[in-house]
Amino acid sequence: MGEVEKGARVTDKLSRAEKLSAAEAGHAFGFETRQLHAGQRPDPNTGARAVPIFQTTSYVFEDPESAAAYFNLQEYGNTYSRIMNPTVAVFEERVANLEGGAGAVAFASGIAAQAAALFTLLQPGDHVVSSAALYGGTVNQFKHLLRKMNVELTWVDPDDPDAWRHAVRPNTKAFFGETIGNPGGNVLDIETVAAIAHDREVPLIVDNTFATPYLCRPIEWGADIVIHSATKFIGGHGTSIGGVVVEAGTFNWSNGRFAVVADPSPAYHGLQFHETFGTYGYLMKLRAETLRDLGAALSPFNAFLFLQGLETLSLRMERHVDNALAVAAFLESHDLASNVTYPGLPASKYRPLTEKYLPRGAGAVFSFDCSGGRAGGQDLIRSLTLWSHLANVGDAKSLIIHPASTTHRQLSDAELRAAGVGPGTVRLSVGTESAADLIWDLDQGFASVAAAAGDTADEKVATT
Amino acid sequence: MTDLGRYQDPLTIQQVLYGARTIAIVGLSASELRASYFVGYYLKRHDYHVIPVNPRESEILGETCYPSLLDLPVPVDVVNVFRSPDALPGIARDAVAIHAGALWCQFGVINAEGARIAEDGGVTVIMDRCIKVEHARYIGRMHWLGFNTQRITSVRAGLQ
Ligand SMILES: Cc1ncc(COP(=O)(O)O)c(C=O)c1O
Repeated sequence: MGEVEKGARVTDKLSRAEKLSAAEAGHAFGFETRQLHAGQRPDPNTGARAVPIFQTTSYVFEDPESAAAYFNLQEYGNTYSRIMNPTVAVFEERVANLEGGAGAVAFASGIAAQAAALFTLLQPGDHVVSSAALYGGTVNQFKHLLRKMNVELTWVDPDDPDAWRHAVRPNTKAFFGETIGNPGGNVLDIETVAAIAHDREVPLIVDNTFATPYLCRPIEWGADIVIHSATKFIGGHGTSIGGVVVEAGTFNWSNGRFAVVADPSPAYHGLQFHETFGTYGYLMKLRAETLRDLGAALSPFNAFLFLQGLETLSLRMERHVDNALAVAAFLESHDLASNVTYPGLPASKYRPLTEKYLPRGAGAVFSFDCSGGRAGGQDLIRSLTLWSHLANVGDAKSLIIHPASTTHRQLSDAELRAAGVGPGTVRLSVGTESAADLIWDLDQGFASVAAAAGDTADEKVATT
Repeated sequence: MTDLGRYQDPLTIQQVLYGARTIAIVGLSASELRASYFVGYYLKRHDYHVIPVNPRESEILGETCYPSLLDLPVPVDVVNVFRSPDALPGIARDAVAIHAGALWCQFGVINAEGARIAEDGGVTVIMDRCIKVEHARYIGRMHWLGFNTQRITSVRAGLQ
């Protein structure tokens, strides 16, 4: 009888930690706080303040019942580091928190993240509508890998809402675009494209690599899935390759069009991921099936390095965009540079979209055309001493590349033009050095280009 | 529109989770693949006494199943609902009649009248929230699978 009367149904006896967690849950923390704290609490076993690197392949089970519960996804538990790892999980939750998603799954590269995000919701015979202004590696992946899977593709001009609208077919299962296109600098009208996608019950996937969640959070504008190459600004240190998929958790995968997500899964003993896990259904499937079966898991050490990067994301991005604007303005005023594609410039045709989606700055990657064509671009790069000539973006160090002689080397001048790359196009990723030094180096580089052009002109005069 | 924020207060959610011992699950399915079964299984694993309420079954999760809340032989702290929203007013009346501590309505189980009946009868209401997710967020291991728990804390506490 005493038992019955006790009935401590709703307790007000919360411990200090429990009270704090309640208070904290009612408070909206700022971005700068979340980039340092989200996803991690001090390690309960050791008190370690930094995120421990759990360099382990596997985890000891308490007993056979627990092991079964973890494999059945009935309980949150660690089984094997191809599928989950506590260090990687901190990175995943932190990115999900900064992007405002329900959760995230990390991958060994940005390319792997894209493949996994798509594989989770596609099946052979499906169709994808994609912006044509994408990172070249993504274009390759879609053109060749997706086609191999018998997925059809339609490339659209991302700036034209009607192009997106008219490309939709009954078997369209995803829209794909980049917040800021690589290297053209086009800014995606996320809200408009998301509305077109949702009108047809299709999810919008946005590659937010160039903006980072500090400059733009596509989920707030209607995107359903956000992808990053963490290799770039999220890390910021150029030490690690990695990627991550964030899902908003709001798309209705049970709308009758996504049998692969909603129907009983043959790859998971008949589990209906969306019905069973609701908000978390797509993410569960992405991890428990796609990551399990593709195997492109992020290593705990690289996750740790990305977390070190994320701690300073806002500070770096503020500096990146300030420097990018300064360098872009310098180039715009320079006689030997034209077509500066930085969307943050006042004269950019993307100005209204930049003000709407990227009010804190338009990233730090853009291109321009160096006078003198292919030779001019090469001469400029040859004469720089501070900018690093390499094939990456988003490092804290400033980077430069000449697409016509590297990433787009196989293309003729005509094909280059079609890809939006001129023979003299140079792509910059503006770092966080002293802006004056970056401009100084470019300025002396242009002087060499001018001198070389003068030499060539002299030679021409001499030979004719 | 029901003001759901009223029924999703983090402090109330934690008080219910920490205080509860006995949880009656209305609409608990006997199928291992249904969401309600996942939740029931999880709550049992975390040492709650789970009582299935389902007129079509006699035993689920190894626990005796009862046709309605009014048939339960012991008091319950939480009535957890996996039924369609229009069943909620009736369930709320039963919850008040058995002096349940809280009425916890899962994702999508939203019904303003049901909530009002429970509140008027002194029963705490939580609505459009999953009891498993909230347990995992505050007490469990949701952070192990990359989900956004929204938690920010520098307090050292709890077990992994
Ligand atoms: C916009 C964008 N998306 C995706 C990727 C692919 O990422 P990763 O190189 O990490 O596979 C890159 C890499 O250059 C990129 O720039």
